[in-house]
Amino acid sequence: MAKLRGTGIAAVNYPTGMNLGGDPSQALIHATTTGTFVISLSSTDLGQGLKTVIAQIGAEALGVPFEKVLIDTADTDTGPHCMGTFASRATHRVGNAVIMAAKEARKVMLEVAAEELEASPDDLDTDGQGNIYVKGSPERKIDITSVALAAHFKYGRSISGRGMYIKPKSPVDPETGKMDPDSTEAHACMVAEVEVDTETGEVTVLSLKSAYEVGRQVNPALVREQIIGGAFMGMAHALYETTAPYYPSPDHAPGNFSEYILPGPHELPRIESVVLEYPSVNGPYGVKGVGEMTANAPIPAIINAVSNAIGVRLTEFPITPEKVLRALERSPKMKQLTQASA
Amino acid sequence: MASRIVTFNLNGRDVEVMVKPLTTLQTVLREHLRLTATKSGCRQGGCGSCTVLVNGEPVLSCLLPVEDVAGQTVVTLEGITPVEGLHPIQQAFFDNYAIQCGYCSPGMIMVIKALLDRNPNPTRQEVMDAIAGNVCRCTGYESILRAAEDAARRLQTV
Repeated sequence: MAKLRGTGIAAVNYPTGMNLGGDPSQALIHATTTGTFVISLSSTDLGQGLKTVIAQIGAEALGVPFEKVLIDTADTDTGPHCMGTFASRATHRVGNAVIMAAKEARKVMLEVAAEELEASPDDLDTDGQGNIYVKGSPERKIDITSVALAAHFKYGRSISGRGMYIKPKSPVDPETGKMDPDSTEAHACMVAEVEVDTETGEVTVLSLKSAYEVGRQVNPALVREQIIGGAFMGMAHALYETTAPYYPSPDHAPGNFSEYILPGPHELPRIESVVLEYPSVNGPYGVKGVGEMTANAPIPAIINAVSNAIGVRLTEFPITPEKVLRALERSPKMKQLTQASA
Repeated sequence: MASRIVTFNLNGRDVEVMVKPLTTLQTVLREHLRLTATKSGCRQGGCGSCTVLVNGEPVLSCLLPVEDVAGQTVVTLEGITPVEGLHPIQQAFFDNYAIQCGYCSPGMIMVIKALLDRNPNPTRQEVMDAIAGNVCRCTGYESILRAAEDAARRLQTV
């Protein structure tokens, strides 16, 4: 009986969203009478923080405080169209649509403020604190609530904007096959360290260390939580999770959480990550996206680490104790160990 | 079989419900009393999202016939949430990014409440043991462990 340690690495190139053209999202923005900017979307926040980062992007593009933005994702039947929240796409696609909508809404907001301040819209700017002021003389200013009230009740205008994002389809060059299939790519590299118990076949993941290059981070704390949650889920895929444990027969397939094997808090490895920011050309403020991609690298990294530990190449995951014990039977490392102890 | 009346103390108030035999506490809370903080995940004791406190102990409300809590004290997440603001454990979850989709949060918070009530200064191992029956599919548990430790510190300084 021994505990064998191994190290494995894996790298990911992750194209954001669906590729080969298409994959649109739309956004609508309007100000309420009191100057709250409602951003209507059909993009769903699954808990990753989409509402937070879209409110940040909307606030930045409108030039209003974060607290003045309300994200409405109430109903995909009645909201503006979105393809959905998947493939690390939502911040990139929806963020672009929101910036476009915000530009239109901001233009109206400045036109109304210009009437109230008796200035040209071109001479106005927002201070990000909820005011619009005349450039060069910041004491000549008006708050956004007053602008919204004036727009609604004095000028009969709607401070609103429409936005959409779609990546045009890239034609394939018939001679070379060359094309531009994706919008942007994020990257990651991970090193996994594991320990394999040769008696039980159990694999313990000791650490998952990674570097992520995800373009501009709109919210670094949320990026970090995506990386940690994704690392854990990737580990779960590598070692535990399967809906068909005895593939191809569906007999004994797990039907619920009591039978579907998942790791828990005791299996949490040390997770460390650094994030690099190389802004994308076409993302909102340089965003690429980080979501689904965080579950990708741990799977090959852990499987490579186990193969490294036991000296046998494993090709099917999850790597259950049974698969490890069967692999150990043909492991040269195990032969050496048994010979040494004999 | 005929319905019967069951009385118990819920979040500090006596409640009376009329139920068919073997109706679960989860069903009574969510469907009869419309207290939906207690979640309905797997309905067979595998996920922990329906955890409530019965006489201070964490219990899976999906497995418990409501007759079994007759005359006893039940506390749900609604019962520890103040009218204004948040309970220190909720605030710790919020500040440590321990909530993503939120489906496990009520159960996690009730389990951690029970732990901190009897052990105000738990080790990380003790927190892991306490939440081991509660499934979280978003966070990877790290932020939840952080939040529990943070909540312990906050409650000690209150």
